[in-house]
Amino acid sequence: MAKELLKGNVAFAEAAIRAGCEAYYGYPITPQTEALEHMAKRMPELGRVFLQAESEVAAINMVYGAACAGVRVMTSSSSPGVSLMMEGLSYIAGSEVPVVLVDVMRGGPGLGNIAPSQGDYNQIVKGGGHGDYRIITLAPATIQELIDLTVEAFDIAEKYLAIVAVLADGSIGQMMEPAELPPMQEVRKREDRPAWALTGAKDRPPQAISSIYIDPAEEEVFNLKLVEKQKEIEANEVRYRSLLLEDAEIAVVAYGTAGRIAQSAIKQARDEGIKVGLLRPISLYPFPFEAIAEVAEKVKRILVVEMSGGQMLDDVRLAVEGKVPVDFYGRMGGMVPLPDEVFEQIKELNEKAKA
Amino acid sequence: MTDKKMTESLIFAKPESLTEVSTHYCPGCSHGVAHRLIAEAIDEMGLRENTVGVAPVGCSVFAYNYFNMDFCEAAHGRAPAMATGFKRVNPDMNVFTYQGDGDLASIGAAEILHAAGRGEMITVIFINNAIYGMTGGQMAPTTLPGQITTSSPLGRDIETHGFPLKMCEILSQLDGSAYIVRRSLHDAANIRKAKKAVRQAFEVQRQGLGFSMVELLSNCPTNWGMNAEESLEWIGEHMIPMFPLGDFKVHPAIVESKKG
Repeated sequence: MAKELLKGNVAFAEAAIRAGCEAYYGYPITPQTEALEHMAKRMPELGRVFLQAESEVAAINMVYGAACAGVRVMTSSSSPGVSLMMEGLSYIAGSEVPVVLVDVMRGGPGLGNIAPSQGDYNQIVKGGGHGDYRIITLAPATIQELIDLTVEAFDIAEKYLAIVAVLADGSIGQMMEPAELPPMQEVRKREDRPAWALTGAKDRPPQAISSIYIDPAEEEVFNLKLVEKQKEIEANEVRYRSLLLEDAEIAVVAYGTAGRIAQSAIKQARDEGIKVGLLRPISLYPFPFEAIAEVAEKVKRILVVEMSGGQMLDDVRLAVEGKVPVDFYGRMGGMVPLPDEVFEQIKELNEKAKA
Repeated sequence: MTDKKMTESLIFAKPESLTEVSTHYCPGCSHGVAHRLIAEAIDEMGLRENTVGVAPVGCSVFAYNYFNMDFCEAAHGRAPAMATGFKRVNPDMNVFTYQGDGDLASIGAAEILHAAGRGEMITVIFINNAIYGMTGGQMAPTTLPGQITTSSPLGRDIETHGFPLKMCEILSQLDGSAYIVRRSLHDAANIRKAKKAVRQAFEVQRQGLGFSMVELLSNCPTNWGMNAEESLEWIGEHMIPMFPLGDFKVHPAIVESKKG
């Protein structure tokens, strides 16, 4: 299909539609509301389901209900709204039904602002809601990646009966870039809904979907089942991009928009002869621990760049296991670092590395 | 003598929509009665195989063990939202929620208000026993003034805790509400009326008239500190004056169908 100039929020909404998303339940919140509005127009056109819920609390529970029906369903929100969804996400994880969530992160905490940030890493990547579970988290850096990862998210969610979050930020949501949308997939036929779905107890025993295991021994069995699933996810779903790491003495680790900005800074640095490369995680859970550990074997220093106070930083440190110094550069509150700022950091580190 | 053929007529049985599992409810609790009324209505309408129930958080959290149909478990108060999400992708299925007074009127107040406001084609069975049963007898939004609970040990004080919420009265104000009625389970005559209302509520859903809710005044002998018989009397003496029985919203099409 041809490339079109697409706004991020519209792109991921339309991508979900192309992936056969049957229902969207959401609530307005800047900077992702264009997604809701796009769904409001397109879903009825296609005979699919759209509803603006009364809150993000209601929206995620509507998503939970539709997921129990065995249909492809999603919601999207931004940081304060995602906080409201944490209860619902925990229940969904405890029920093992597939759900797709897009979080277009903004400045926080609290009401914060509507500017881009990466402050929800811990919230999403570590699960966010109460209890032992993880959210498969995919982080695009371009509109094309946003589209591709949103489509993939539905497949991955169904493969593992889990939540998949596409973690974007306000700048990705708002910016416009040429990108290609995939062809349209029809919604799943009723008769093709999965066997576990609630379809009415006709010619079979009744099914119940819940997250309660009142006997701790049974709850532990369920918890261990999730752990086994996580091992499978960690073995199969790691995604990242490497750039110019073959001869690098400094490695920058950054995701999403921070990764894209770092890429510009790295080009600048390379022009000045600094041997620097980029490892850009695309899956934040499962985190590319092994890939970063390998990089740590070869470089002298690692620089983590985030639009936060340093949340992915902890995971990088875990991966590096103290082999090389890990430095951090971050902007918070909705401030977006300029390539120049990151370039200065790389230059400084290069001096330190020489000494 | 002529031979008389002996025939057997089954005049009473456990509804197909209930399982064989013994409920865990306290002796004298009306949850069992409410479950039975729902099951009978669903059986009569032949809807068991096309129904999904949404269980709440509360004493009836295990309702799915007692109903012989597909069920899902909502978070506390979220059943109307869960039901909405499910029904919107399955408009031809019969969907109901079963909720207590904490679930519906406290933590779930926003969800029930908006489900009714949207005219969601779901049926809500609201078990009002003026207390939080499962967690051991705390005050509910429907607890009566002066009523002693574990979180109002000196009796519900209006100045501190405000007045009880009358959910039928509130939800009947909404245009999306098609059938909003309050009945009681405290004696046989009222149970029979409750059964009719539950059946009517499911009919309203089937006819696509809008949101339907049957509030059932119920007891909690354990946390009220009474025996079963006393608790049923208490409903009549104390709850009905605060929560009058009656029809608060009845869609015109229902009245018409009754005439016809």
